[in-house]
Amino acid sequence: MHHDNGRLLPWPYSVQYGEEQRIETDVLILGGGIAGVWAAIAAARCGARVTIMEKAATIRSGAGGAGVDHWQWAADNPASGVSPEELTEALIDNQGGYRNGISTYIQCASAYETLEEMERMGGKVRDVGDEFKGAEFRDDASKLLFAYDYTNRIVIRVWGADYKPLLRKECRRLGVRILDRTTATGLLTEDGRHGARVVGAMGLNNRTGAFVVVKAKAVILATSRPQRIWTFSTELRGLATFRPPSDAGNGYAMAWRIGAQLTMMEKSMRSPFGSPYSFPAYGSGNAINTWYPCNIVDANGKEVPWVDSNGRVLGSVDERCRPAEGQKFFIMGGGSSSLPHPGHKRFLGPKPIPDLEQRMLRGEFTPPFYADLASMPEMERKVIWGLMVGNEGKTRIPVMHTYAQSGFDPERDMLQTYDFLRGSGMREPVVPQERTFGESGVCGGLLVDWDLMSSVPGLFGAGDLVFGGQDHSHAAATGRYAGARAALYAREQGWGEVDAAQVSSEKRRVYAPLSAQGPRTVDWKELNAGIARVMQNYCSEPKNEELLDLAQTWLADLERNEAPLAVADNPHKLMRTLDVLDILTCAQIIVQACKARRASSDYLHFKRLDHPDIDPAEWHKWITVRLGERNTEIGELPIAFWGELEPNYRPRHDANLAAMGAAAGEGQRRSWGIG
Amino acid sequence: MAMDDVPPGQAEAGPGDAAAAVVFATPNATTPGQPVVFDTAACTGCNICVYVCLEDVFIPNPIKGKPPVILYPEECWYCGPCVEDCPHEGAIRLNHPLQQRVRWKRKATGEHFRV
Ligand SMILES: Cc1cc2nc3c(=O)[nH]c(=O)nc-3n(C[C@H](O)[C@H](O)[C@H](O)COP(=O)(O)OP(=O)(O)OC[C@H]3O[C@@H](n4cnc5c(N)ncnc54)[C@H](O)[C@@H]3O)c2cc1C
Ligand code: SF4
Ligand code: SF4
Repeated sequence: MHHDNGRLLPWPYSVQYGEEQRIETDVLILGGGIAGVWAAIAAARCGARVTIMEKAATIRSGAGGAGVDHWQWAADNPASGVSPEELTEALIDNQGGYRNGISTYIQCASAYETLEEMERMGGKVRDVGDEFKGAEFRDDASKLLFAYDYTNRIVIRVWGADYKPLLRKECRRLGVRILDRTTATGLLTEDGRHGARVVGAMGLNNRTGAFVVVKAKAVILATSRPQRIWTFSTELRGLATFRPPSDAGNGYAMAWRIGAQLTMMEKSMRSPFGSPYSFPAYGSGNAINTWYPCNIVDANGKEVPWVDSNGRVLGSVDERCRPAEGQKFFIMGGGSSSLPHPGHKRFLGPKPIPDLEQRMLRGEFTPPFYADLASMPEMERKVIWGLMVGNEGKTRIPVMHTYAQSGFDPERDMLQTYDFLRGSGMREPVVPQERTFGESGVCGGLLVDWDLMSSVPGLFGAGDLVFGGQDHSHAAATGRYAGARAALYAREQGWGEVDAAQVSSEKRRVYAPLSAQGPRTVDWKELNAGIARVMQNYCSEPKNEELLDLAQTWLADLERNEAPLAVADNPHKLMRTLDVLDILTCAQIIVQACKARRASSDYLHFKRLDHPDIDPAEWHKWITVRLGERNTEIGELPIAFWGELEPNYRPRHDANLAAMGAAAGEGQRRSWGIG
Repeated sequence: MAMDDVPPGQAEAGPGDAAAAVVFATPNATTPGQPVVFDTAACTGCNICVYVCLEDVFIPNPIKGKPPVILYPEECWYCGPCVEDCPHEGAIRLNHPLQQRVRWKRKATGEHFRV
């Protein structure tokens, strides 16, 4: 298709390699995904001049651009049975301490407040049409719909498929400058000094190849997480990533290069969604997330029983949405986790029997299995195949619309599950080598403080790139908080100096792939596959010093020998090539963090064969990594280093609201309901 | 291509019939290579799908009014905004890779179907 009888099409955009555009702004946001647009809106409400640099197009970009159905951990909603403190402690406890207390508290204490702001921007949040009147999951007073725990009501079901275009519209209304199709490649520091205050960033227009230099008083990183570290495939299903392929870890690599601290980089997990052999997300029969608490039946129509965290077999669908005896509330269900977390049972929700596979092998159940929506109570069926599948990130068109066009009818048909058949992996992970860095579950990232500022002054973080946090509502709430914090910080700052040498050396790095030549040049895809192979072989599930040393050796070898030969012949491929070079950097950071943790940990999915003790007390701490002037610097932090939650959060939150309200006129303030 | 001229259902030219088709030295195609399918009659070539796409899978067609060109099919995330935001119903449809087609069973009859 891309050539016409062998005749290549000319590049459709005007090519401007090396041409420089200079911009000045108060707050610069790198990554206009969910966290990025919320940060922009908050900073603009504070009166700051704001610029977003976005690799794709802000209207739909990011993991949540096509939709969201679960607004997670909204403990501040009027129907919640759990306080933000209680929920944050539970979420942290559930990860054995390895979850970000700062960003999780911001999420738990302001997810609903943030959702109300979404509503004021035009997003549908409530069942105003009374479609689900009488449903157990509906709070009639607020008309909010809830998921999972119907007794405690902490996760809200939302119509999120059009939230992203609405957020972009608000950015435009507030005068935010949006640089779409522009990939941030590097941060600028005061006088170009390593670890000094961040004074802007540089980027590449991935359609024209032009170079952008933005001078800013504060910079927010919101570019999400690296992917394609252990798996790379193009011949089965796109680039086989759970998140958009554009999320390539650029933010981690950029922060690393200037000496910011990262933490929990040693954690990786088996990949249930990212495997090229998995099916479209939430597009095969399952009982988790979007499909919770769907009936699963075997080939003969025999229903798979559900159990609660005490192992009690549950009699009704409604019981799957209630806490077990002795539990105050539960925080997830459906059974996607295979790890016996010591603290897990306290908060674990109901799920289909965990020994289904063994019982199938003994002949009690016959594969294949199916998700049987037709046998679900009507409201539950309608909310799953309707609200949820109609709004979940990338299911509206790929699943609901496409399957309906092929004739799927939830009232008559049972959607196959591929569990145990090497398929969806919606229940259990697939192959140990097919690992992922934070595909689902919290993972490592930028170390931040209560201002969501990193260890480098002027550099803030929000969303999935921040260590130990996740979810759409987390991205929204932390984006909003970081946007206001950064705007307030920018008010106090003078302009920093952009260092000419830093700009010219970044330009050399960015454009180098255009001049790689000769028979040994490497395409970005091959380089990515080569990196993934090293990681599969030497940084897989079983780890020891020898394997990790080999990983380090072979990654350094790729860096020395192949990376300089990475070749690109148009701006798009140049962007992909730079992504893979950053993926290489991320892999190298991960290996160094793995070497630094000399103990195994269930919570971190981390198995050191040479340090087999699991979660020993002396290793119950955060390992930090940072590129120093000469070498990598390893550090550590005590588990709950962030101190108290509410006393640290509340004054900052209140100052944020005041700033967002104060910069607006009285009328606007009322329409946002703040101040 | 000359092949397009063969009416459906009619025998194509045999391999010996050199005049029937021009043969090119083509490389193997990238597969899956067709993440979306355009309906050339319904598509106006407005390029909204090119604008919204998360991965820059398309480029505008050099011929105005024609459907965009699928340049990087293997980078598609199968997310759907190109379809959702298209102003012309049916002009573009998502096309899952063959190995991604999920199956289902009709309860009453036991028949099996697929995407
Ligand atoms: C299929 C799917 C379903 C999901 N469903 C839910 C759900 O129901 N509930 C829930 O809570 N969470 C859900 N999530 C997770 C949620 O979408 C993410 O947690 C959230 O989007 C994270 O926001 P973010 O801004 O950190 O990252 P993203 O939204 O991914 O945004 C990152 C942005 O950065 C841009 N970018 C990357 N690199 C650069 C660069 N170098 N320069 C400029 N821009 C760059 C990207 O293009 C992207 O726009 C889902 C995720 C997926 C993939
Ligand atoms: S498919 Fe739709 S959005 Fe894309 S060019 Fe055609 S009409 Fe426009
Ligand atoms: S499905 Fe998503 S990534 Fe694929 S072409 Fe459409 S918008 Fe682009």
